Amino acid sequence: MMTPVRLSQIQREIERVALEFGLDFDRVYFEIVTYKKMNELAAYEGFPVRYPHWRFGMNYESARRTHAYGLETIYEMVINNDPCYAYILSSNSLVETKMVIAHVCAHCDFFKNNQWVAVVKGKILDEMANHAIRIERMMDQFGPETVESFLDTVLSIKDLIDYHSLYIRRTREDGEDASDLQFVQVPRIPSKPYLDRWVNPPEFLEEIKELRQKKKGKARSFPPRPERDVLQFLIENAPLDDWQREVVSIVREEAYYFAPLQATKILNEGWATFWHREILTKRVLDDSEIIDYADRHSAVTSSGAGFLNPYRLGLALLEDIKQRWDKGRFGKEYESCTDLALKERWDTGLGKGIEKLFEVRAIYNDVTFIDAFLTEEFARKQKLFTFRLNQMTGTYEIESRDWQKIKEKLVFLLTNNGHPIISITDGNYKNRSELYLWHQHEGVDLRWDYAIETLKRIHSLWHRPVHLETVKEGKRIRVTVWSEDRVQEEIL
Amino acid sequence: MAARIERDWARFRDIVRGKIRQNLRQFIANRQIIGRQGRTVVTIPIPQIELPHFTYRWDKVGGVGQGEGEEGDLLWTEGNGEGARTGPGFGPGWHTIEVEVTLEEMVDLLGEELELPSLKPKSAGTLEAVYYRYRSIRRVGPECLRHMRRTYREALKRQLISGTYDYQDPKVTPVRRDFRYRAPVPTSLPESKAALFFILDVSGSMGDRQKELVRTTAFWIDQWIRKQYKGVEHRYIVHDAVAREVRPEFFYRIKESGGTKISSAYALCDRIITADYGSDDWNLFAFHFTDGDNWEEDDRIALEILEQRLVPQLNLFGYGQVQSPWGTGRFIRQLRDAVKDRTNVRTTHIVSEDDILDAIKDLLGKREDGKPDEVDLR
Repeated sequence: MMTPVRLSQIQREIERVALEFGLDFDRVYFEIVTYKKMNELAAYEGFPVRYPHWRFGMNYESARRTHAYGLETIYEMVINNDPCYAYILSSNSLVETKMVIAHVCAHCDFFKNNQWVAVVKGKILDEMANHAIRIERMMDQFGPETVESFLDTVLSIKDLIDYHSLYIRRTREDGEDASDLQFVQVPRIPSKPYLDRWVNPPEFLEEIKELRQKKKGKARSFPPRPERDVLQFLIENAPLDDWQREVVSIVREEAYYFAPLQATKILNEGWATFWHREILTKRVLDDSEIIDYADRHSAVTSSGAGFLNPYRLGLALLEDIKQRWDKGRFGKEYESCTDLALKERWDTGLGKGIEKLFEVRAIYNDVTFIDAFLTEEFARKQKLFTFRLNQMTGTYEIESRDWQKIKEKLVFLLTNNGHPIISITDGNYKNRSELYLWHQHEGVDLRWDYAIETLKRIHSLWHRPVHLETVKEGKRIRVTVWSEDRVQEEIL
Repeated sequence: MAARIERDWARFRDIVRGKIRQNLRQFIANRQIIGRQGRTVVTIPIPQIELPHFTYRWDKVGGVGQGEGEEGDLLWTEGNGEGARTGPGFGPGWHTIEVEVTLEEMVDLLGEELELPSLKPKSAGTLEAVYYRYRSIRRVGPECLRHMRRTYREALKRQLISGTYDYQDPKVTPVRRDFRYRAPVPTSLPESKAALFFILDVSGSMGDRQKELVRTTAFWIDQWIRKQYKGVEHRYIVHDAVAREVRPEFFYRIKESGGTKISSAYALCDRIITADYGSDDWNLFAFHFTDGDNWEEDDRIALEILEQRLVPQLNLFGYGQVQSPWGTGRFIRQLRDAVKDRTNVRTTHIVSEDDILDAIKDLLGKREDGKPDEVDLR
């Protein structure tokens, strides 16, 4: 058990070292919590206050049980808030505490400097608490069951957001509207007022106008381009009550907070692990602590029974990058070298490893990180493989050790944070205000029972038929939820 | 904050209870629960309660792993729960969570679902049980029972009276004679006692499967009755052509060949009641499980003992007939004819695991013919 004074001494020391190593972070607030509170925080995904929902209770149940069985201990948790908050388990030993503080410093550096994460900055803690209060008020007003079941509906589609909209501006052609208006206005032939009725007969003008309007309606689809941010689309266009709209926007805001963190998990954890090791082994620890540290560190980076550990993968990949840029093992000359012995000894004395790491930390996310730096040598050294389910035996088997396939699969699993890419292509399908969704099929089918259930939930928000176009067992298919109990599949 | 998570947790557990209720038939028939007799907590694996969402068919996706092995080597079998811990993005997440439910909760759920009426004690108040409650205060006692507030108050009183209390520097230091301790007070409560007879036909025609059905059914009946009475006594009687009382651990294991004389068991049961449970204070329950294949000439004798001797003494007599591939299962009809006017005799017919829930309802639930015995089974 650590006294706060001692803790802040350690913190100051480690922060000083971290700054000297070039990490760049603002003040971090540490809080010492008991394991019980840690489980609560874990259940709330790191936040002290969240809106009431049973799934947090479910998280709590599993956190409790993993802790009770000694399977996993959560040493720390850190929130990408401004300022950063981090929690330390009160039962941590001195060495663990040091490790956690160094680890957290690196996380905070990442939050501040990684371009993918740095966009979500602010008083997230307060926002979550505000969301909680808003939802609680709704529950008071409309009844907890009503609000809960609506939340369940919305949470089903919380992944249907536009993951990239945080970084790019999806331009809407604003000029379009003006020209459209002109198009609809029918030009008149100039005439004297008393002749106007005959030169420009109103019936004719009306007819032309109608025709043009119809044409315009056809030309302009709604939304103008496929919309990935389904939640936003529903907020704007679905026939919802005010409080329902508010719930959707709360769920959406929180989804946008978590998305960048998910999209950088491997890199972020690898980065933090890399730095806690550098800081502790090079500067902070004394000889008597090193064994304890090694024990903890290896537990963090272990990969049991064939599973891939993001901490381990991220760390290994960063180490590999450091070595390659230290020794100049990249570029055309190195790539085209076929002499393995020479490659093994390759060292141009470039020494840019650390510099490269800071660059990687600043501009990459998991997908680009894996795509850019996972090499054949790395895959072989790390003994990576892809696995698949053997449908005959019901067992999982090693499928391949081909590095291209490994990279492909990893990138697939990480793309869109592992969610299928679904967008709205038409919000007024066949001019009957039916919703048309399109799944961008990437070789793997949707889980069908879930897809149908989810569509039903979207239907309950949209109140009009909902279509989904996808591919099922090699066939292009459109499934339509006409009403709550009428679902139709149609091969296209 | 504690209240917050407690609330969400309670809500989650409510949902779990709902799920268990929905699948009660399956859980009741689950032998694992019974295997863990003696434990107060049962672990029930339920599929993770997940909100439906757009996701891939993970069995088609596969994943990326790390470690030794050749292409085609077996990694793990499907449904191995460990995969979920690697987090999303690395492979299929298997989502089964285990939920701890106390046995008591399960029994409550069973009672709610089947609308089992509470069993009314035969006569309350003649027996008294003494409980100790810590409701009093003493000057001596073990430190673990020290009453802090009282001790402090005594010290404060003493200091105020003796004038040693200083308002500027309000320190209160208890001395030996200020210490107060919680003390037990005996309280007597009326108690109703119960004895529960399980009678099992162990003749050759009762196979392992039949016994397993009986065992599961009997387990839940036992739990329900235990819930109603404190300190239930159990007596186990097995019979073929002769009846014997056995220890509980042998009850389901004894296997005999030979014929069946149900009367022998009923007579033994009657003798035990007369010897040990003669007074009116006892609530008596007997449940008889057999395949109903009795010697024909014995039917009359058995029914006579049942009607004349057992039924008048028992709160409830339950007869469960288990379907067996041999035999005629004739006895249930004879019994039903003979006791159709009795409100405290229940019969049921068990064919497979799926019938267990209904059997429990038949034996313990409200009568469906609407005879007015809903609460008082006497």
